[in-house]
Amino acid sequence: MKKLRRKVYMTAGYNTISLGTGRKEFNPKKPRPGIEHYIKEAGQGVLTQIGGAGNVDESVIGNFMAGRFNNQGHLDGFIPMIDKGLAMKPAVRVEGACASGGLSLVTGIRQVLAETSEVVLSLGFEVQNTVKAIYGADILALAGWFKKRKTGHAYFFPGQFSDRAGAYYEKYGYERTRKGMSRWYANAIENARLDPTAQEYHNNISDPYATALKMQPNGKTFVDHLTVLDCSKVSDGASGITICSEEGLKRIGVDKKDAVEVIGFGHAVRDITTDPADLTELETIKFAAHQALENAGITIDQVGTVETHDCFSIAGIMAVEALGLAAKGEGADYVAEGKTGRNGELPFNTTGGLIGWGHPTGGTGVHQAVTIWQQLTGKAGKAQIEISKDRPYGLTINMGGDDVTVTSIVFKRGE
Amino acid sequence: MTYDERLQNVSVLGAAGKMGSGILLLTAAEMADRALLPENKGKTFVLNAIDVSDEVLAGLMNYLRVQVRKIAEKKTVWLRKMYADRDDLIENFDIIDEYIFDVMNIVRPVTAMEVAYRSNLVFEAVNENRSLKVKLFSQIKQNNDKDVWFFTNTSSVPIHLIDEEAGLDGKIIGFHFYNPPAVQRLVELIRTDNTKDEVVDFAYAYAKNLRKIIVPSNDFAGFIGNGHFMRDGLHGIKEAEALAKEKNIPLYKAIYMINKITQEYLIRPMGIFQLMDYVGIDVMQFILNVMNPFVKDEDLQNDLLDKMMEQGVKGGQYSSGAQKDGFLKYKGGKPVAVWDIHKQEYVNIDTFKDECDEMLGDLPDSAVAWKSTLRMKNKEEVFSRFFNDLKAMSTMGSQIAINYGKRSKAIGEKLVSDKVAKNSDDVNTVMLAGFFHAYGPINNYFD
Repeated sequence: MKKLRRKVYMTAGYNTISLGTGRKEFNPKKPRPGIEHYIKEAGQGVLTQIGGAGNVDESVIGNFMAGRFNNQGHLDGFIPMIDKGLAMKPAVRVEGACASGGLSLVTGIRQVLAETSEVVLSLGFEVQNTVKAIYGADILALAGWFKKRKTGHAYFFPGQFSDRAGAYYEKYGYERTRKGMSRWYANAIENARLDPTAQEYHNNISDPYATALKMQPNGKTFVDHLTVLDCSKVSDGASGITICSEEGLKRIGVDKKDAVEVIGFGHAVRDITTDPADLTELETIKFAAHQALENAGITIDQVGTVETHDCFSIAGIMAVEALGLAAKGEGADYVAEGKTGRNGELPFNTTGGLIGWGHPTGGTGVHQAVTIWQQLTGKAGKAQIEISKDRPYGLTINMGGDDVTVTSIVFKRGE
Repeated sequence: MTYDERLQNVSVLGAAGKMGSGILLLTAAEMADRALLPENKGKTFVLNAIDVSDEVLAGLMNYLRVQVRKIAEKKTVWLRKMYADRDDLIENFDIIDEYIFDVMNIVRPVTAMEVAYRSNLVFEAVNENRSLKVKLFSQIKQNNDKDVWFFTNTSSVPIHLIDEEAGLDGKIIGFHFYNPPAVQRLVELIRTDNTKDEVVDFAYAYAKNLRKIIVPSNDFAGFIGNGHFMRDGLHGIKEAEALAKEKNIPLYKAIYMINKITQEYLIRPMGIFQLMDYVGIDVMQFILNVMNPFVKDEDLQNDLLDKMMEQGVKGGQYSSGAQKDGFLKYKGGKPVAVWDIHKQEYVNIDTFKDECDEMLGDLPDSAVAWKSTLRMKNKEEVFSRFFNDLKAMSTMGSQIAINYGKRSKAIGEKLVSDKVAKNSDDVNTVMLAGFFHAYGPINNYFD
């Protein structure tokens, strides 16, 4: 991938809460806010930080399956609903399953690089609690190849990653892998408890690690190789961020120190009609993340924090390996040793990631960028980690489907 | 006839009632599941839902559709395997809808009882009325040319009497579900001396497929569940009356206190007066009347219950499941007032609660709420500590509670010595699974 031809920044991030089981406000029997609420809240949350809608040249909105969760298509039409100042301006909806948010970001980056825009409003959202989990599984399964749906598990994606976990157990050992997966869960909960918008913010179980380690996968009630604690939950939520050029930053009156610069990015897609070559490896993540690092001209040991797509704890462990932090089969040990914890060698998912913060599918990619922006600019509140001078970079990895669509971005605080 | 052949034509009498609808639902799902097995492909299964009016049957079909969806949603993993050969059914949505269709397709709502003449199995869930049961069974038996078996959801009438009077030749078994059948896991199975072994075998297989906890009870009026509960309830009334007399206080205050003791001191899901309201004072009186002629050494008639009935205060539940007022008046499911039998009005608990609680005395620090014990692993240890503390106290509340626990145990032991229950475990299982007690009545906590 070519070097970026001009400087691109992100700033003014905003997250709604991630609503679903675990949040005190959530009651499945009572009416909940619809997509309009989430789009508006996230959009306005960004606009108030950048001097209003008049400063925005165009907008991108990422969403996976509003067509079925909410019976709503034509989502770019909701952009002017956020603010009249966005009417009669370009807006586009992008979709790449759970990487829709990441696509919203890279689309915005390309618009700025193409110099068609100086300021882009990038949003991502999903409102999934409209159906029970057993039907939600059908809808989310559309991130796979539909011709494989018939032979897939009732809970299709947990089934896919259960197969991956099963292959990993067999190849590298069950006990050590479960330890790594349990630690991954415990880290997610510990981090989510520090972010008031996180779905697990109210989680107060006394020993998440012990709870996760004790729980055994049971194929009779769920899937063969994962427990519910290995999975991200069903979430409603939206996130937004501004993507802009240097000129754009000036226009919106934001200091570079309060923005993060996009140093490089990667974006790759694998053939959805084929099975992964190796179930124990996430090859597209590996490819796209290395592409991003290369594009940025840095190595992983310069990265101070990572937001990776842990839709399942095993995906988190495999991402550790894909990044080259541990050899194949040793990612679980790396995690079990606490190296991805908030005080570890390389803190991952510092506001909880998909398992802890939540996974409103189409919003997740944008949420990851917001977390990195918060951490690198010192705006992460109680979830703030220390970013050292020798590891000043942040990295995001957003995955759609079973390692099919991946976007990865390298950030650094503006200077 | 194999298990599946027996299930190919079944009738439920009283199918739209509270018990009948649950029995119909479970049976319909079981029949649909059998029909889905490869060996049963192409076979027809018919379940006649028989009740007195088209209106109640229409309501039943709505109830069924909603409930079958819930059942299907819980076993979608299995259903996907069963429908694996159906290329047109791909998503969970498709599969669940098809299963609902398959179940509903088995059920024939009908007001004409004659359809039962072709059934191999008849489930009866009409009122606890011996002559009605006998009438229906004998009519079906006379007109049915199959080897028809009768499963009766009887909670108190001795089954052998129904057998003899209807001429069923032992092809009957008591299959006593607890309310609501779709949720409550306990089933009391009552065979008579005459009940055929094959009927018993089938009943066990059927109950097991429904994932029920089976407790065999001997054929003695009231069986185990009502045998214990009715006497426990009568004891509660007697204790309240004695307390009112001894302390010279109005009965409603004593009812409040006994209800509190039986819930909080005995760690039960609800107090005994609330439980009588839940069952229904009318139902309780009715069952006592059924049982009374069969018990020799005790009188189960009760003046207070009769008086409540006269005053039209009956408890029980609305069709929504909400609690009707009885001994206690309820707001949001919680007792807020107690019926004053003399003034015939409710007296708010707030107006006398403090005074009564003071008379009872404090609970020891080791007290636990019933709900908190549900998932407790060291229950026995916790109960032992609490009841030992209770025994060491001399408050009025603790004394009454200990005596109540002893009486509850004695009732249980008598069910065993009278051979209603085979052993103390069966009595305890019924009270644990059917009444959600945290510990069985036959224990050593109160000795």
